[in-house]
Amino acid sequence: MADKLQLEVITPERLALRETVDEVTLPGLGGELGILPEHTPLISQLQTGVLSYRKGGEKKLVHVSGGFAEVLPDRVSVLADVAETAEEIDAARAERARESAQRQLAGGEGDAIEAQRKLQRAITRLELAAQARK
Amino acid sequence: MPNLQDLRRRIRAVKSTRQITKAMKMVSAAKLRRAQERVTAARPYTIKMMQIFADLQRRAPEYRHPLLSGRDGEADSAPARPRVLLVVITGDKGLCGPFNTNLIKRAQEFLRENDKTDVELVLIGRKGFEFFKRRPVTIRRHHLGVTGSGRINFADVQQITGEVIADFTGEGESFDRVYLLYSEFKSALQQRQVVEQLLPVGRGTDADTSGGGATETLVEYLYEQPPDEIFGAILPKLIETQLHRALLESVASEMGARMTAMESASKNADDVINRLTLNMNRVRQATITREIIEVVSGAAAL
Repeated sequence: MADKLQLEVITPERLALRETVDEVTLPGLGGELGILPEHTPLISQLQTGVLSYRKGGEKKLVHVSGGFAEVLPDRVSVLADVAETAEEIDAARAERARESAQRQLAGGEGDAIEAQRKLQRAITRLELAAQARK
Repeated sequence: MPNLQDLRRRIRAVKSTRQITKAMKMVSAAKLRRAQERVTAARPYTIKMMQIFADLQRRAPEYRHPLLSGRDGEADSAPARPRVLLVVITGDKGLCGPFNTNLIKRAQEFLRENDKTDVELVLIGRKGFEFFKRRPVTIRRHHLGVTGSGRINFADVQQITGEVIADFTGEGESFDRVYLLYSEFKSALQQRQVVEQLLPVGRGTDADTSGGGATETLVEYLYEQPPDEIFGAILPKLIETQLHRALLESVASEMGARMTAMESASKNADDVINRLTLNMNRVRQATITREIIEVVSGAAAL
């Protein structure tokens, strides 16, 4: 019986994270998914949002954007387009991205849906960065 | 008889060239190492992706998607003159031996082999574009600067993939097949030009070549979304992954080829310097000998 989960966050460019954890919460397309060890095998699409995991008493956050999660009883693999741990996020860059997305939305130029997504991503990352600083 | 001054000048020139080629060799070696690391770093993602894809195929064998083979009912209803898109990845820079030439040659070969189809090109990399823009071929698009810095930006990959998929599925003038031509990285000394079918995605074949990752786990997954929907979302990503890997390999190949080319250029410079030095010494000796003869015969005449 496994009482821990192997969490892997993989992007096309790198292995962003590999940790042994107690609990993972995924931003599933249909809502948040809480995963504990011995979970039934599951595949889900993910939305842009925050993945959080608990290791001992510590709770950590990772920003993920797009992708899938594969859950096995002793393992969670996340395939994301982009993944950043809270410590890696560049708050200034996220702030700039948020402003540019808002301008795009207000000006009605370019792809509105894409701008909306960009804004969503920027806001998520900003929130994460703020939490990491605390 | 070349004069001493000229020979000295030429030796100096070749020496400074050798210095440059040596430096370029070192730089390429360092870049090659990093490129190889990136190829390795991208591997887990590819393997996982293939694994999930293989499982999905098993679970939903009847599922049809525009990006999968067997669209429009069956493949045998193919039009008389199919339209083919060839994506060619070349380098942005030269000075890397036969790297770009080999790729261009292979592309021309492909054009000859497929003269019964309408082939259009998507060119990634400056060298390929510069070659084909003066030739009677249809260039659909070109992308410059994707591989230039030796890093691959995944956003570029997504954009190119998006456009290719749009070409493939587009209304009316869509393409029937999409191929990818790139240089596979075997070793620093060896690159191989390969043509892969990018679209439509073959059933099963891709998973078989993924290195056994697909066969080890046959787990019954619970699907949070309907398999069809996940299928639809994973297919474009699969193509992105394929293109990304091709680009990474291409960069590694280019660096390898450049390293080899610069290595042989440095060796060549050594040879030239040796030859010139020998020549110079001979000329110098000849002058001295002549002068001695002049002195001696001058003395004898007294």
